[in-house]
Amino acid sequence: MIIYGTALLAICHLLGIFLGDLLGKALGVPTNVGGVGIAMLLLIAARAYMQSKDMMPRLTELGVEYWGAMYIPVVVAMAAQQDVVAALRGGPVAVLAAVGSVILCACVISLINRFEKAEPNQQDGSNILVGTLAEKE
Amino acid sequence: MLEILQKATANNGLVTAFAAVGVIVLLSGSLSRRLTFGRVHGSAIAIAIGLGLAYWGGIMTGGHKGFADVSMFGGIGLMGGAMMRDFAIVATAFEVQPAEARKAGLIGVVSLLLGTILPFIVGASLARMMGYSDAVSMTTIGAGAVTYIVGPVTGAALGASSDVVALSIGTGLIKAILVMIGTPMAARFLRLKTPRSAMVFGGLAGTVSGVSAGLAATDRKLVPYGALVATFHTGLGCLLGPSLLFFVTKMVVG
Repeated sequence: MIIYGTALLAICHLLGIFLGDLLGKALGVPTNVGGVGIAMLLLIAARAYMQSKDMMPRLTELGVEYWGAMYIPVVVAMAAQQDVVAALRGGPVAVLAAVGSVILCACVISLINRFEKAEPNQQDGSNILVGTLAEKE
Repeated sequence: MLEILQKATANNGLVTAFAAVGVIVLLSGSLSRRLTFGRVHGSAIAIAIGLGLAYWGGIMTGGHKGFADVSMFGGIGLMGGAMMRDFAIVATAFEVQPAEARKAGLIGVVSLLLGTILPFIVGASLARMMGYSDAVSMTTIGAGAVTYIVGPVTGAALGASSDVVALSIGTGLIKAILVMIGTPMAARFLRLKTPRSAMVFGGLAGTVSGVSAGLAATDRKLVPYGALVATFHTGLGCLLGPSLLFFVTKMVVG
């Protein structure tokens, strides 16, 4: 049943947000700490466990993969509701601080990534559905 | 006629949003092929169109939710809101190869810390240069340069004035928009190719929205790795902003 996959995703999501809120409370911060990241780790673990027990039929997987594939459209909708006008009204301090930190971070990212050793056997599969299918075979 | 159409779309907000975003993505795909011969990724164009519509919506309605404030397209707010965004991000974790993620463990943590401290220093120093010389304003604007959520949370905790808080939100928003647009253009310079490089990027570039949109427009399969790290960014910033970073700032400027 396709809903099993979506429900698994939803349970991981809720549990992750809950644990993130608990972590925030424990640390004394008024925000969620890594809730989405925790949810992602839970989903990775759940998938590994269920696949090893043969409890993950193709249809259940599709219930998760559909939402993963909806990711870019959701991001487009997210971009469409940013307060772009207010961001631009912030004036020179906001623009300079943003540009400055982006440039600095870009240089550091580039520097760190230049130290990564090249791997001879890098897999390539931009299509997720193809990717998971190929993995199964 | 037009009234009935308006009512139908307004009553079916989320469905209208699916249709509208579908049209935007379709349009961007063909723009990408015809105008740039595939060199600019279709999703990058779609996100740019989204931001353009957000600007237009903000000007037209005077609201704060961009295109979602246009009554016919209110459903965009639900589709692109935090709930759906996080749900879809979590779903992308399904493709994560645990071995790849583990490889970047330590470097992910290091880039998270750098991604909090470096933007803070830039933001706080620029704030001081532009005349915001008290420790509270400097910290709030510096925290805004981390993400647009860390800014107001820090400002609220320290009791910063509302124009400074607005400025810090503006800083974070511009940063997120720059990351969204700039990432696909700078992908080669950033060496964004492997899961590990995406995790370094996620830690340093910050803002889940910027990172996830930037990676989506660069290489879809890198999204979960970047998002996995970036999601800790806001929490770490909110933890350090009103505490350690504020104390250090206060010690430096007195």
